Amino acid sequence: MSAPSGITRATLIKDLRMEWRSKDAINSMLFFSLLVVVVFSFSFDPTAEESRQIAGGLIWVAFLFAAVVALNQTWARELRNQVLDAYRVSPAPATSLFTAKVLGNFIFVSVLEALMTPLFIVFYHLRSLGPAWQLLLTMMLGTWALVVNGTFFAAMSIRTRSREIMLPLLLFPISIPAILAMVQATTAILNGDSARFWIVLIATYDLVFTTVCLLLFDTILNAE
Amino acid sequence: MKKLFPILGILTGVLLSYALYQGLVVAPTEQTMGNVQRIFYYHVPSAWTAFILFFVNFGASISYLIKRKPAADIVALVSAEVGVVFCTVVLITGPIWARPVWGIWWTWDMRLTSTLVLWLIYMSYLFLRSFSSSGETPVLAASLAVLGALCVPFVYFSIWFFRTQHPQPVIGGGGSIAPSMLHALLINWLAFSCFAFMVCWSRYRLEVLQREVEQAHAMRSLEEPSTSMREERYLERKA
Amino acid sequence: MTDNALAPVAVITITNLIKQFGRFAALRGVTAEFVSGKLYAILGDNGAGKTTLLRTLAGLNRPTSGEVRVLGAKDFREVSGRVGYMAHPSLLYDEMSGMENLRYFAQLYGIGGGSSGDSRCAQAILSVGLDPLLTRPVGQYSQGMKQRMSLARALLNNPQILLLDEPFSNVDGTSAREMTRLLSALRDQGKTIFVVTHQASLLDGVADEFVWMESGKIVDRTRTIAARSSQHELRELQK
Repeated sequence: MSAPSGITRATLIKDLRMEWRSKDAINSMLFFSLLVVVVFSFSFDPTAEESRQIAGGLIWVAFLFAAVVALNQTWARELRNQVLDAYRVSPAPATSLFTAKVLGNFIFVSVLEALMTPLFIVFYHLRSLGPAWQLLLTMMLGTWALVVNGTFFAAMSIRTRSREIMLPLLLFPISIPAILAMVQATTAILNGDSARFWIVLIATYDLVFTTVCLLLFDTILNAE
Repeated sequence: MKKLFPILGILTGVLLSYALYQGLVVAPTEQTMGNVQRIFYYHVPSAWTAFILFFVNFGASISYLIKRKPAADIVALVSAEVGVVFCTVVLITGPIWARPVWGIWWTWDMRLTSTLVLWLIYMSYLFLRSFSSSGETPVLAASLAVLGALCVPFVYFSIWFFRTQHPQPVIGGGGSIAPSMLHALLINWLAFSCFAFMVCWSRYRLEVLQREVEQAHAMRSLEEPSTSMREERYLERKA
Repeated sequence: MTDNALAPVAVITITNLIKQFGRFAALRGVTAEFVSGKLYAILGDNGAGKTTLLRTLAGLNRPTSGEVRVLGAKDFREVSGRVGYMAHPSLLYDEMSGMENLRYFAQLYGIGGGSSGDSRCAQAILSVGLDPLLTRPVGQYSQGMKQRMSLARALLNNPQILLLDEPFSNVDGTSAREMTRLLSALRDQGKTIFVVTHQASLLDGVADEFVWMESGKIVDRTRTIAARSSQHELRELQK
C-alpha cells in the first residue's frame, strides 16, 4: 500500500482535476456566490459606519450558504457508480480519503470566499480598522471549521433519507460556537478591537474537531 | 427489577409533590420579582437534569463505539430523548419568566442561549436517528453524539465571553441565593432527576420490547420452512 | 486444466452466516467452504441473497451472526490487497478515461506511479480487450466496455480471489464471451473466482461448480447446470 499521504495527494489531485474539467460545477458555484452577495446587499443597505458592525455576520452567513452548496456535492461523484465501495474494498485507509476531501472542499470554498469578499467590500464600502492578515487568518480558520465538519456530515448524510437537508441540519447546530467566534472575530477586527479570544477559540475548535473527525471517519464510512 | 418500578414510581410521585409544595409554598417570595420568580425552581433543575442526561448520552455513545453493545445504544437514544424534553422545559420557562419581569420574551442569557444550542444539537441527533436506516443508526448516532458532546464546552465558552462583552439580563439570578431557596431548588432537582430516571427506564423498556419484536420477525423469517424439495435432497445427500 | 498434485486449499470458509436488515433476513444461515483455483457460479432468483453474500465476502457488510473467513482472516482488511471486487455499477469515475481511473485505483493498492505503475494499468486494460490509449471518459463507454474496464480495475492488484457481482448484466454477447474467456484463463492461472449472475448459461462448461441459492440459503451445489434442471424436473414430477 502506498503511504497514506500519497493516497491523500492522489485523491486530492484527482478531485481537483475532475473539478477543473467539468467546469460547470465551478461556474455555477461562482455565480451562486455572486447572487448571494447581491441579494444580501439588497436586503441590508447600511451606512458605512453601520456596515462595520453587521458585515461580519452578513459575510459569514453568505459563506455558510456557499459552503453548504459546495459540501453537498462532496461525495456526489463517489456515489454515482458506487465508487466508495471500490475504496472500501481496497487497503487504502479511510482517513486519507477524508483528508483529501476536506482539503478539496477547503480549496473550493476558499475560492468562493475569495470571489465574494471583494464584492462585499465594494457593496458595503468596507474598510477594516484592524490588520488585514488577522482577517485572512480568521477566514481560513473559520472555513476549515465549516469544511471539516461539513465533509464529515456529508459522509454521514449519504446513509440517510433526505440527504441534502440532512447536511445543514447536522452541520449548523454543532457549528454555532465556531460561527459565533468567526462573526465576532471579524467584527472585532473590522472595528480595530482585539479578536484574540475568538481566534484562539476557533483554532482550538479546529484542532479538536479535525482530530475527532479523523478518528471517527473510518467508523462511519464502514457503518452499514 | 420489574417489581421495583411501581414502588419507585410512587416514591417519585411523592417526592415531586413535596418538591412542588416546597417550591410554590414554602420557599420565600423573592423581593424584587415576586411570585413569578418561582419558575426558577423549574427552570434551573430542568437545565441541570438535561445536562446530566446529555452526559449520559455521551458516555453511552462512547461505550457503544468501543464495545458495540445494543444496550448502550438504547441508553443513548433514551437519554437524548428525555434530555431534549427537559431542554424544552428550560426554553419554555425562560421566556415565561422573562416576559413579566423584563418585558421581553427572550434574552441571550447564558443559560438560555446555551440550552438552545444544546437543544438544537440533540434535536439534530434525534433527526439523524430517525432518518437513517436501522442497521447504521447506532454507529452514526454515536459518532454524532461524540461530536455534539465535544461541542458543549465550546458552546459555553463562546457564549460566556459573548455575554461578558454584551451584557444581558440574567435569568436565574447572578448572585448568591438564600438558603431556604437553595433548599427548595435542590429538592426540586432531586425530584426532577428521579422523574427523569423513571421516564428513561420506561422508555428503555419500551425500546427493548420494540427491538425484540423486530428480532422475532426476522427470526421467524429465518426459520420459515423451505418449500423447496431441493433443500431436502441436499440435506439427504449430505447425510 | 492443470492437475494439482496438492490438495486444494480452502480460501473461503463460511459458518452459519446470518445477515439481517431490520426485519428482513437476507442470509439465513449459510455454511460453505470454497477451495482455491476454481470458478464458482452463484445462481438464484432475485432476493435469494447472492449479492448480500458477495458483499459480505468483500467486507462491505458485517455479518449479523456467524463467521466468514477469507484467506484465513476474519477481518477483511487484512487480506484486502489480495481480493478484487466488481459489481454491476462500474465503480469507476465517469469523468476520467480508463487509464486515468486505473492509475488512481492503482495508488490505492500501493502500485506506485510512474512508468511501472502505468504499464501495469495498461496490461490490465489490455487483458480485458480494451485500448489503454483511449482517452474517452468512461461515462461514454458502452455497458460492455464499462464492465470490462471495471474488471480491469479489479485485476489491478493481481488478486488471488475475484468477487464479481453480475458482470454480464446488460452486456452485449461479444463482450460477455470475451469476459468469460478471460475468467476461465484467470482460473487456470490459479485464481479463485466467484461470479454472481442470472445468466447461468454463459458459464456453462466454464464454471467448476454451480452454487444455487434460494431464500438466503445455499440449496444445492452441482458440477453442471444440467444436473440442476434434472432435479427440477424430478421435483415437478413428484409434486
